[in-house]
Amino acid sequence: MDIVLMFRFEIILAALILAIFIMSLRGFDTNVKCFLNTMNVLLLLNFIAGWLPLSEGSYFSDFFRTNGLIVLQKNIINLGLLLISLTSYAWLEQSKYRLEFYLLMLGSIFGVYVMLSSGHILMLYLGLEMSTIPIAAMSNFNLKEQRSSEAGIKLILSSAFSTGIMLFGISLLYGAVGNLSFASVIANLHPNVLTLFAFAFILAGFAFKMSIVPFHLWTADVYEGSPIAVTNFLSVISKGSVIFVFLTVLYSLFGGLKEAWLLGISIVSILSMTVGNLFALRQQNAKRFLAFSSIAQVGFVLVGITAASTIGSASVVYFVLIYLLSNIAAFGVISAVADSTGSESLQSFKGLYKSNPFYALIMAVALFSLAGVPPIAGFFGKLFLLTAGMKSGLYVLLGFAGVNLVLSLYNYLRVVKYMFIDENEAHLAPLNRNRQLTTALYICLIGLIAIGFVTPIYQYIDSLCRF
Amino acid sequence: MDILSLLLVFPVITALGILVAKKDKVVRWTALSGSIVQLFLAIGITAYYVSLRNAGETGQMLLESSYEWFAPLQIYFSAAVDGISLVMILMTAMVVVAGILVSWKIGKQVKEFFFLILLLSLSAYGFFISTNLFVMFFFLELAVIPKYLLIGVWGSGRKDYSAMKLALMLMFGSALVFIGILGLFYFTGAQTWDFQEIAKMHIPIETQRILYILLFTGFGVFTAMFPFHTWAPDGHSSAPTAASMFLAGISMKLGGYGCLRVATYLLPDAAQELSWIFIITASIAIIYGAFATMMQKDLKYMNAYSSVSHCGFVILGIAMLTKAAVTGAVMQMVSHGIMTALFFASIGMIYDRAHTRQADELGGMLKQMPFIGSAFIISGLCSLGLPGFSGFVSEMTVFVGSWERTGVFYRVATILACASIVVTAVYILRAVGFAIWGTVTNKEYLKFKDATWSERSAAVLLTLGILIIGLAPFLFIHLIDADTTSIVSRFIAVVGK
Repeated sequence: MDIVLMFRFEIILAALILAIFIMSLRGFDTNVKCFLNTMNVLLLLNFIAGWLPLSEGSYFSDFFRTNGLIVLQKNIINLGLLLISLTSYAWLEQSKYRLEFYLLMLGSIFGVYVMLSSGHILMLYLGLEMSTIPIAAMSNFNLKEQRSSEAGIKLILSSAFSTGIMLFGISLLYGAVGNLSFASVIANLHPNVLTLFAFAFILAGFAFKMSIVPFHLWTADVYEGSPIAVTNFLSVISKGSVIFVFLTVLYSLFGGLKEAWLLGISIVSILSMTVGNLFALRQQNAKRFLAFSSIAQVGFVLVGITAASTIGSASVVYFVLIYLLSNIAAFGVISAVADSTGSESLQSFKGLYKSNPFYALIMAVALFSLAGVPPIAGFFGKLFLLTAGMKSGLYVLLGFAGVNLVLSLYNYLRVVKYMFIDENEAHLAPLNRNRQLTTALYICLIGLIAIGFVTPIYQYIDSLCRF
Repeated sequence: MDILSLLLVFPVITALGILVAKKDKVVRWTALSGSIVQLFLAIGITAYYVSLRNAGETGQMLLESSYEWFAPLQIYFSAAVDGISLVMILMTAMVVVAGILVSWKIGKQVKEFFFLILLLSLSAYGFFISTNLFVMFFFLELAVIPKYLLIGVWGSGRKDYSAMKLALMLMFGSALVFIGILGLFYFTGAQTWDFQEIAKMHIPIETQRILYILLFTGFGVFTAMFPFHTWAPDGHSSAPTAASMFLAGISMKLGGYGCLRVATYLLPDAAQELSWIFIITASIAIIYGAFATMMQKDLKYMNAYSSVSHCGFVILGIAMLTKAAVTGAVMQMVSHGIMTALFFASIGMIYDRAHTRQADELGGMLKQMPFIGSAFIISGLCSLGLPGFSGFVSEMTVFVGSWERTGVFYRVATILACASIVVTAVYILRAVGFAIWGTVTNKEYLKFKDATWSERSAAVLLTLGILIIGLAPFLFIHLIDADTTSIVSRFIAVVGK
């Protein structure tokens, strides 16, 4: 029983994938509403099942391991999965590829689980690949659009490139250590040229996936070209899960090289924050805007990561949870507006508060959360990252973070200004609200307002990180 | 529930009441009654505090309470008050009531407007009562976005530009503050945000220097300290009346209070060593603000620049580090808060009727609207420091306190500050002469009606505040005396007074 419980995330997911196959054989997916609602219910059950109690442990000579923190991370991913499925309801309803969407998304999540639970670099690598390849297919969903195909190609090429670099780093590491299980790497890692090179290459691989500057070049184009649901998935699930893994890789795997990576991480952190915010200044496309905003946000996450301690991982996990809710809410509103106006331009948000106060308020809360304005949860998330970062004593980094807080506020306020202050010449009619999207937005809204005040959440994360 | 938390619970309840209210009339009355309750609560807390003190309570801050917030990070919602925070709370409560009264006629998005005003008041109360630096910072930041929206949506003139400038500059200030308090958190050894705990620790002077500059500058941005004052004239003049009252009356005081309570009090050694920097910036602000005011034709810009000058006195008083100067700074904060609120309120009333704020286009207001004209004159006279009004008492105290610092540098700064009074007299009297006295220049103005009941009540309330401080300053000094003494005792070694 214990084993079943331990593998329950993977087992449930496999069952879900199987269920989708059976549904497709039966032609169930042609019954659109019924199919989508069933999927949402199944994903809700999947999310609830994640909270069953479970024992910690490892299997297959450490290839697979699990503990409280990993379970929490998987649960956060599950929450994101459910919310994304809800927010993309309207799009899936008229898309031909709803079945494939779920199939590929769940496949990617399976890779994420493998990656999160891995206790061996080989598994880690497999998981990372498994989670990326389906996304490349997903970003190509608008088959008739050129930019969508371009997005797919860009994603697959850049991910292949980053994988190559990472594999090279892994092989160097193998040469230095002689074994790729986490335990033996931790035990045998000594700072020397070979391991430093290995680290640098592996870092580059991760940097691609998290779109850290200077490895961010694919991000904006892919975000813009993909359907909104896929962009949402990319920015939240794909990025969030890699951040989780990155924590483990840095803190335990390369913990011995801390002196070396501290400097490297701070430099890319400063670059990401600054470049992300500066490029976001001039974006008029909502998805490109959020792409650069997500680059800047990752820069902030890296500030927290430099703490290399309990408080560092607690604040990062906490932030990712908040970031997930904020981004899903923002993309939800963008998809609602884009569905009715047919435009993804930020200009189409002008005067939104007059015509659609509900969407405007949700968007404002999401943007304030991203900007780190109280009393929205993002405020706490960002400040805890900075608090953690202060621990490492990198004052220059904090100075840049402070400047970037101001810059990012300008970016997000620009959109708020469009919605609340500016008038729209073309009057925007009240948008249709479907139940699924509204539910998801309410969940995000409640989460974003409550997370700062329901402190057991932070305490729980903190207690999981102290092992 | 302890009594201090009620200060935060009431605005929240009022704000929620506003959200569920359907009719604009209900919204207005909810906001007003909520803020009046708040005023009475503030008076009640003060009375309670005084009775505790009289009964022999010796703790530095009283009515302490603490709730867990983010315990692993040492963030507790801790509240306590001393005399200084109490006078700030009283001032806030008065200005909020008055602000709601003068906004009675606002017709655009009434619910949102009053909700944001209530949010602002919540942030001010929270800031003044919390003793945990992180929580203080939370409340400091809480007010930035409501200000942005108030100016952007309800403002006039170059509102987009002003609102954005204000939000960005205040965010910049708070980023400095945050890095500063992070420093305090990590360098005290005990890793605590509680400022009473930090006050007991010994922080090495090298660290103090950096943190003092960061914190004083950060809070200084909120006080419109030179050279970070540029948000104030634009922001104040573009904001709707109630928001200007709040911005100049309360928001700038958050900065002053922070400079005193956090930067100066917690880092006494650095304050002794480096306060000359802020004496220089304060002197520049005082003189520059006064001359800039003289050049203004727009009444709101005039008052905004004069606020820069008057808040210079606050910084000067704090940076001089003598007991009288610090007392004067606290009095000036309260006095300026009330006085400038009255000033903005009367300008707003005139603007509502005449639709212009240019001093030379107005004229004869006293004849046509005796009440509003008088309110304008009272605030003007208070601003130029006429005896009997609060401005005189507080500015005098700052001057006397500054004069106590011997040395050519301090004397020059004091003399410069005193000289600004003359300039102030020029611009105030000129404005009063142009706008208020004389004959009615424009036939249109003959149709104007005098103040409504709500405007009258607001002006009376604020005038009462000005007169109480002006005529019975001992009440005020009695309330804050012990606390300024305890703050100043940390510098006595150097300053000698």
